[in-house]
Amino acid sequence: MTLLVDTRTPDPKKFIKGATGDWEIVIGMEVHAQVTSEAKLFSGASTSFGSDPNNNVSLVDAAMPGMLPVINEECVRQAIKTGLGLKAEINLKSVFDRKNYFYPDLPQGYQISQFKQPIVGEGIIHLDMKSGEQVEVGVERLHLEQDAGKSLHDQHPTMSFVDLNRSGVALMEIVSKPDIRCADEAKAYLTKLRTILRYLGTCDGNMDQGSMRADVNVSVRKPGGEFGTRCEIKNVNSIRFVGQAIEYEARRQIGILEDGGEIDQETRLFDSVKGETRSMRSKEEAHDYRYFPDPDLLPLEFTQALVDEMAADLPELPDEKKARYIKDFGLTPYDADILVAERVSCDFFEEVAKGRDAKLAANWVINDTFGRLNKEGLDVTSSPISSEQLGKIIDLIKAGTISGKIAKDLFEIVWTEGGDPAQIVEDRGMKQVTDLGAIEGIVDEILANNTDKAEQAKEKPGMLGWFVGQVMKASKGKANPQAVSDMLKAKIGLE
Amino acid sequence: MTDLTKLTIAEARDKLAARDFTATELTESYLGAIESGNEALNAYIAVTGDIAREQAKASDAKIAAGEARPLEGIPLGIKDLYATKGVHTQACSHILDGFKPEYESTVTQNLFDDGAVMLGKLNMDEFAMGSSNETSFYGDVVNPWRRNGTETALVPGGSSGGSASAVAAHLCAAATASDTGGSIRQPAALTGTVGIKPTYGRCSRWGMVAFASSLDQAGPIGRTVRDNAILLKSMASVDAKDTTSVDAPVPNYEDFIGKSIKGMKIGIPKEYHMDGIPEEIEALWQQGIAWLKEAGAEIVEISLPHTKYALPAYYIVAPAEASSNLARYDGVRYGLRVPGNDIVEMYENTRAAGFGDEVKRRVMIGTYVLSAGYYDAYYLKAQKVRTLIKQDFDNAWADGVDAILTPTTPDAAFAPGEITDPVTMYMNDVFTVTANMAGVPGMSIPAGLNKDGLPLGLQLIGKPFDEGTLFQVGEVIEQAAGRFEPSANWWSK
Amino acid sequence: MSVDLNTVKRVAGLARIKVDDAQAEKMTGELNTILGFVEQLDEVNVDGVEPMTSVVETTMKKRADGQSDGGYADKIVSNAPVHEDNFFTVPKVVE
Repeated sequence: MTLLVDTRTPDPKKFIKGATGDWEIVIGMEVHAQVTSEAKLFSGASTSFGSDPNNNVSLVDAAMPGMLPVINEECVRQAIKTGLGLKAEINLKSVFDRKNYFYPDLPQGYQISQFKQPIVGEGIIHLDMKSGEQVEVGVERLHLEQDAGKSLHDQHPTMSFVDLNRSGVALMEIVSKPDIRCADEAKAYLTKLRTILRYLGTCDGNMDQGSMRADVNVSVRKPGGEFGTRCEIKNVNSIRFVGQAIEYEARRQIGILEDGGEIDQETRLFDSVKGETRSMRSKEEAHDYRYFPDPDLLPLEFTQALVDEMAADLPELPDEKKARYIKDFGLTPYDADILVAERVSCDFFEEVAKGRDAKLAANWVINDTFGRLNKEGLDVTSSPISSEQLGKIIDLIKAGTISGKIAKDLFEIVWTEGGDPAQIVEDRGMKQVTDLGAIEGIVDEILANNTDKAEQAKEKPGMLGWFVGQVMKASKGKANPQAVSDMLKAKIGLE
Repeated sequence: MTDLTKLTIAEARDKLAARDFTATELTESYLGAIESGNEALNAYIAVTGDIAREQAKASDAKIAAGEARPLEGIPLGIKDLYATKGVHTQACSHILDGFKPEYESTVTQNLFDDGAVMLGKLNMDEFAMGSSNETSFYGDVVNPWRRNGTETALVPGGSSGGSASAVAAHLCAAATASDTGGSIRQPAALTGTVGIKPTYGRCSRWGMVAFASSLDQAGPIGRTVRDNAILLKSMASVDAKDTTSVDAPVPNYEDFIGKSIKGMKIGIPKEYHMDGIPEEIEALWQQGIAWLKEAGAEIVEISLPHTKYALPAYYIVAPAEASSNLARYDGVRYGLRVPGNDIVEMYENTRAAGFGDEVKRRVMIGTYVLSAGYYDAYYLKAQKVRTLIKQDFDNAWADGVDAILTPTTPDAAFAPGEITDPVTMYMNDVFTVTANMAGVPGMSIPAGLNKDGLPLGLQLIGKPFDEGTLFQVGEVIEQAAGRFEPSANWWSK
Repeated sequence: MSVDLNTVKRVAGLARIKVDDAQAEKMTGELNTILGFVEQLDEVNVDGVEPMTSVVETTMKKRADGQSDGGYADKIVSNAPVHEDNFFTVPKVVE
């Protein structure tokens, strides 16, 4: 197959300590992402999740004698789009092959896949690690293939039940290069890939429904040494489990090697209850898939013009968005990362920020809104406060109608009760007092009651804050803090 | 009534239109002939009398209403390879035991849409793998032809042996057949009938039990060239359900019948003069050349240098595709299941019991040539050779050749059990397999009898999607040679 | 190239066809005859020749996205040797 090239410099921070010294983990991932489409890759049956057994199955999906595949053009477009999103080369001609093996949930006795000539070639995924490290993970290829059906083993004491609803659903298999060096990077890779797919709308990324699964190839070696023998952990269905599976598997392999053993190249399963990987018995026999071009299908061909047209229509992707937020809005990379992690998050933010102070908007979105959503276990799409309402609160602050503190109260009211923020401010008398006459009375009173402190303040201007606080408290937060501060300075004699 | 079974489709069509008899009468004649003759010939493995009578009745209504369609009331036999809704469809394999599809193949649907009547399902070699119809789970088909003065049973050829035998014995007006390496043309030649394998992509493969996807093609076997033209017109279509079917207009093939071939360039490939071919085959070929020359055609010697490699390449490509196409017969969703202690044993028991020896051989060969380490040496090489075979034909067309004339088979019909060596059996397809490998159309026309009184055929090979020319030239041969019928009807009770 | 008994047994395993020793022995001979026959291809020079992908020069037709099929689970399982609640059933598979 492909020549393995090591693109990374060994980093001691990622090493695992063993009895005989440091070990480095080498990870490559094969992600199966279900293509977002109405119908299956080669049939007109529905792709919907959770239907009755064998209800989303056509004669083609059940491999009835004489049935033939006809490709769904939307699945092709989705694969091209994903390839563009991964900044990968798009192959104008690709070929579908048959991968032959017997399994009850594989009705044809072969899976239609792309082996030698995939639709998408090499690309790249950029990771911003929390540590600030920038990691580039190469994408080897992306190809289209059919999903298998599902065997249920817990319905009957001696029989397995086979449901072909998933059989023939379009998958994109996205294969990374062995460029990943620790569990955190693997998790970041999956997260980033999922973000990109969701931005593109080519896969919903719902791992709990199986629309995204990862096969993780793990090997260990002495830092910078030759690649070791790898084990493939099949079908890991959460990002957290990917991390756990890698940690376990790496230590297992190190244990074997340090005891003088050898690693068997094999397929393993991750048991999320025990937190362990174990050998898959059914996949033990030597693979000989006998790939050959599917004679029922012609080569898949399309024009560069189609690719160009799709490239022009591509949405802004997380990396570009992040760069723009930092450059145009002055956001920190950290804040920008939070916002671009999900398409819905940045959509919410951009609605709030539109025509407003983006930095202030980012604060309110990240700290107040997302913080609160997180606490309550909600996601952005079910936020009790809309981007429009939050925008209006920010407008009220900017116009000086309310203070920042009142704004927090107003946010709370809108969150729990809803309503138009401006109206609430009006109805409940929350407007900030900017009338200097009204403020002066309070300021004078406070100064009169605290002459000693006023004297000290002349020496220690830092005490001004205490006075501002007292005035704000007396005004129930409605005084304009800037006006209060200015007046206090003048009266105490600070300049 | 049995006289009605003597009619060609063209004749029956005209007489039905003239109300000389009804479609029901015509159908009953054939059902009677089957009743009396099928036991001896074993051509039908399922007779669908009720369906046939229903369809005939509907045809009579159409005719009465003046709405007759192109094949109104014409009784056909259907090769067991075609999925027919609710009716026995097993490709004559044990592994498809009891299978009755919930769907109708595109080709049979096209025929029914044009008014055809289905008499039943026809015997064939298991999964169309064979050249003698000896591999069917339902037993050998017998050729209505016998050597002069003998009663020895002969094979009808294969894999469409049931189709050819039934047509030759007048147990149907015509039949559907299929051709992967010669399975229409070889049995047609061995039974004195006419059969055409159209261009790959001319007919939809949807609903045909697959043998080798890149080679399989539907076609008719009939008693005359004109009947083939009428049938192919109805069978051919572009089909959204078959990606490899081609969106090219289907001409009215009957229009080509009777047109002069004056000035046409007919190629005679020198590589088809093979060692070990009987003198009389060679003589027949020369006779064919003489007829065409007489009709005004220009005869040119051509070279198709890769001819001898077509058969070995075929015996890599076809088994490879078959090994994969037949993987779906696993005892899970339909057909035979032989229990086992676990899933693997269940598969192995089912497939061991369900497949016959020839099918097993081909699945084994196909599995082997695709297996790790052998793909390049066998499959890839064979597909490259296939490119060269197609180029040979392309070069001939580029030189202005309109059609190519060859013998159809290296010999006449033989007795069951006479050929036991697989490779010797494969040699039956030596002249026909090239057309499959190149995807071009080929037709067999009966052209004479051998010394034992058995029919022999000549083959015409044409340009892609130029079946019209084959009908045009084929009919010239038919006119010159005359038609051939078994000398006595020994099979009817 | 030719095959030996073990290869034949391995291939039969890949093809999921049960063979006993006698059958495997017989098949070995038959397969070697066929492999011997196809060996003629060694004579052909295929340097620079593209393998055939399709005999017809046409582009692959595609289907528009949209659900147009399915919804008949009863028909899907109607021919199954064994089925239960519209599931196919097979001897228990151990993963």
